[in-house]
Amino acid sequence: MTAVLSCIGVVKAFGDNVVLRGIDLSVSEHEVVALIGGSGSGKSTLLRCASLLETVDDGQILLDEQDITDPRVNADEIRRRMGVVFQAYNLFPHLSVLDNITLAPRVVHGRDRADAIDQAHTLLKRIGLSDKAAEYPDRLSGGQQQRVAIVRALAVEPRVLLLDEVTSALDPELVGEVLGLVREVAAQGMTILMATHEMGFAKQVADRVAFLDAGSILEQGPPAQVLGDPVQDRTRQFLSRVIDAGRL
Amino acid sequence: MTVGLPGQVGWTPSELELGRRAYRRSRGRRSTLVALISTLAFAALAYFTVTNSPGWPRVQATFFSLEVAKDSFPKILEGLWLNVQVLVVGGFLVLVFGLAIAVLRTLRGPVFAPLRILGTVYVDIFRGVPLIITLYLVGFGFPALGLQGVPTSPFILGTAAIVLTYSAYVAEVFRAGIESVHPSQRAAARSLGLTHRQSMRIVVLPQALRTVTPALLNDFVALQKDVGLISVLGAVDAVRQAQILTGQSFNFTPYVVAGLLFVLLAVPSARLADYVSARARRRQQAGGLL
Repeated sequence: MTAVLSCIGVVKAFGDNVVLRGIDLSVSEHEVVALIGGSGSGKSTLLRCASLLETVDDGQILLDEQDITDPRVNADEIRRRMGVVFQAYNLFPHLSVLDNITLAPRVVHGRDRADAIDQAHTLLKRIGLSDKAAEYPDRLSGGQQQRVAIVRALAVEPRVLLLDEVTSALDPELVGEVLGLVREVAAQGMTILMATHEMGFAKQVADRVAFLDAGSILEQGPPAQVLGDPVQDRTRQFLSRVIDAGRL
Repeated sequence: MTVGLPGQVGWTPSELELGRRAYRRSRGRRSTLVALISTLAFAALAYFTVTNSPGWPRVQATFFSLEVAKDSFPKILEGLWLNVQVLVVGGFLVLVFGLAIAVLRTLRGPVFAPLRILGTVYVDIFRGVPLIITLYLVGFGFPALGLQGVPTSPFILGTAAIVLTYSAYVAEVFRAGIESVHPSQRAAARSLGLTHRQSMRIVVLPQALRTVTPALLNDFVALQKDVGLISVLGAVDAVRQAQILTGQSFNFTPYVVAGLLFVLLAVPSARLADYVSARARRRQQAGGLL
């Protein structure tokens, strides 16, 4: 299998604060990789570097073998091939649900309007929100908004989907519907790199789990191994804390 | 791939990173160069167009006479001192009245209805009336009443008129700021037991001020040039001085000198406004490429 996205020795610092200390990680076609780790471990920063929202301070990130950290590449062109979903949904509040979804296909990818609307309706039907197409985001629940955000990212048929703690801002009862959608998207073969606090979900859906601590990947492997029988003390410590908090 | 990490002693970026930095630097140099060349080309074009126009010698003699400029400079500077005084006193009073009116307009409860209405009417009137008309009405109307104790100095009356107009503008800026503070902040303050006044003073206003500082500085820059309008009341400020000198010499250079002095006065506050809004933006979105 070829790697869709790979990070090679990625270093990122904000001033003196080194957030990523040489990350090596690759995500193969149709693979789902979950990044776990405490707050400040660098999960989000890695995703922001991968989606070119931050420049790296060293190392490389490749998308389909192309070095996207090269300043010569057109960052907009690269971003077109990725879908990003944020923790706080980041839907555009002044646009209807339908317009949120059709915006990028129409404006960025030059898709025909009717075509884009058809596709948006299909996607909305899939997530059971057909009746919300004309609504504005603030009329939707958090779970609905986040599902629309995921669908918005999927509408451009990205090579890889980057999910940054997509359930962290949600009420517990709404987490399920969003994770259900992610599971479905994964099952259809989407390549996904996600940062998550939902260990149970990572266990079920991820093909591989990587544990980040203080900007380094301490260990990675199949979920059963990393989450069930970790090699590193730090991982064990982290997981026992998560279990204490009732999250696994 | 890397030797050590940033911030550590002896860290050196990889060849790859050094290459990227070199490329970014060269791009940076290139855009600086392009900016420099296009600026120079534009300046040269403007210069030759103006100096080659048929009327240029006349214009140069009547508007840009170095000699007249030198002669008029001390008197105009003296006049500008009056403008600065109006600016400082007026600016301070505008802040106080503007804030007071804004707070009046946000008061809830039927008891405060008259105050609220008063605030609204005040803002409607003085934002609507052109400053120059307010200046005439205050500057010539008040002394004409002939009341005992009404000041007749154009400095005081001019300042009063400017304060009346600008307080209305600034009140609206403050009010926008107060309303931009999320209601949850007020809810949190009130649920801690703070009174309306306390939550306003300790929780809402400090946050509101932070949001509106760039807008306030913008209004301050506008005020800096509008203080020149007190000349219509006969106050001998920079503009009036320039007018007198122009009348004496039939040369418009004093106006240019006064204009340049006003620009010099405005530049520091304009840069301060830029700096403050840039800092606010940085604080809002720490880091990031977009």
